[in-house]
Amino acid sequence: MLRDITLGQYYQTESVIHRLDPRVKLGGTLLYIISLFFFRNFLGYGVAAVFLATVIGLSHVPFRFIVKGMKAIVFLLLITVTFNLFLTPGTELVSVWKLTITVEGLRTAATMAIRLTMLIIGSSLMTLTTTPNNLTDGMESMMKPLKAFRVPVHEVAMIMSIALRFIPILLEETDKIMKAQIARGADFETGNIVRRAKALVPLLVPLFISAFRRANDLAMAMEARCYRGGEGRTKMKPLIYQRRDRLGYLCIFAYLAIGITVGRLRL
Amino acid sequence: MSIILDHVSYIYGEDGPLAVKALDDVSLQIPDGQFVGIIGHTGSGKSTLVQHMNGLLKATSGHIYFNGEDIYDRDFPMKKLRSRVGLVFQYPEHQLFEIDVFSDVCFGPKNLGMDKKEAELKAFDALRKVGMPMELYYQSPFELSGGQKRRAAIAGVLAMAPEVLILDEPTAGLDPKGREEILQQIKELQAQTGMTILLVSHSMEDVAEYVDRIVVMNKGKVMYDGAPKEVFAHYKELEEVGLAAPQVTYILHALKDRGFDVDVNATTTAEAVDTVLHALGRAPEAFRP
Repeated sequence: MLRDITLGQYYQTESVIHRLDPRVKLGGTLLYIISLFFFRNFLGYGVAAVFLATVIGLSHVPFRFIVKGMKAIVFLLLITVTFNLFLTPGTELVSVWKLTITVEGLRTAATMAIRLTMLIIGSSLMTLTTTPNNLTDGMESMMKPLKAFRVPVHEVAMIMSIALRFIPILLEETDKIMKAQIARGADFETGNIVRRAKALVPLLVPLFISAFRRANDLAMAMEARCYRGGEGRTKMKPLIYQRRDRLGYLCIFAYLAIGITVGRLRL
Repeated sequence: MSIILDHVSYIYGEDGPLAVKALDDVSLQIPDGQFVGIIGHTGSGKSTLVQHMNGLLKATSGHIYFNGEDIYDRDFPMKKLRSRVGLVFQYPEHQLFEIDVFSDVCFGPKNLGMDKKEAELKAFDALRKVGMPMELYYQSPFELSGGQKRRAAIAGVLAMAPEVLILDEPTAGLDPKGREEILQQIKELQAQTGMTILLVSHSMEDVAEYVDRIVVMNKGKVMYDGAPKEVFAHYKELEEVGLAAPQVTYILHALKDRGFDVDVNATTTAEAVDTVLHALGRAPEAFRP
């Protein structure tokens, strides 16, 4: 039941995108997301779609798998589209009862839907092709300059990687406790909102206890291995840029140049 | 009254990159009142198998019949099945949540729609059956020892008065004494109530002493199915798949190889003692100092 959540998951396979340096992917995703907000016409989104499709093709992640992860945000998407469709003032297109669809509303709604979908697909592609460990390594290395402002970069990265690592563990745990309580006749699916909220107690109490127990065990294990923070700590696999990473940056900049030139044309 | 599995297969993560065939064409029949041990190595599919028996997992293909009714029929009462086939998960103490042991045990029967009095009666009965000391009934379940927590959790399932009780590794993580106590309690429970019990374990030792029948699972398939004596006769093959026969089997085979007339089919320690004494009785003078 809970295993269906694929947002933020890693998809294990062999591809160029998987092998790219996480810094390239992080930077690329960031620039790609920013680019989505620069376009003035739909042609820009076309360029972005081509770029995205190429990356998906190179990543060897089945498109079906990516779409499955989108299920979680369908609701959000629908709300955004509906509100924009009906509540934007402008030239009237169709009017039924009190609801009016305007030309501007249609345009904003479509832009929003495209933007959100491409944003989510793009960023989930990053997590699908990068292991959590790699991702946090990349973040740590990119945030290094912040150390000058006394930001505990290593600690932040460590917390993030532990949090990411715990997501599948806790999901599995939730699944197990849920099953165990269902076996004892618990019902999580019927009843009004109050009943359902109450039904969560037998799930949440054991889940919190288990999370605390695991955190405690992990802290102990880290201490037993003399973990004392990032000072003087070296990496087994330090991040070093390869030829393909430089090529990756080039591709991203080429996309940005083309995308923004085309996307900002006044048609 | 029985559970029948008819060519049941189950695949985890069917369309993901890591699809695993956890059950592969399993057919089993579990008659009423039998005490069955399900043995297998980690990942052999034994836990997956038992989760099918109360409908928590739905088979990818195949059918399961409970008392002659197909549990995948649209109008089959799944909730009722779960009260009749009680499943105690691995580390069941991880599901405790109430403020005291007694309320926690009442959770199951209350979910079945029993009124307060009836639920409490069932809870008392269940706690007595698992041998929980009276003075712990109103303590927080989180303050109990490991073995006591486990008892409380088992009582939580027993209180629903199931006809079939499935225990998934009930002795995992307990010390030898706690293990012995829990298994003994289960044996007594079976003798008293005559209920069908399925005991899932990876340890032959645990199971050999208690059960009527052993089902050995390997890579999602049933490898052996029969009385302990029959299954342990294959002790060499069992070893190849990472399972060991009880220690007495090895000792008796070693003795037999050295020319002692012992019965290698003895599976429990008591039987082994008998047959060794018997063999020694024939030639006792050879061993006298």
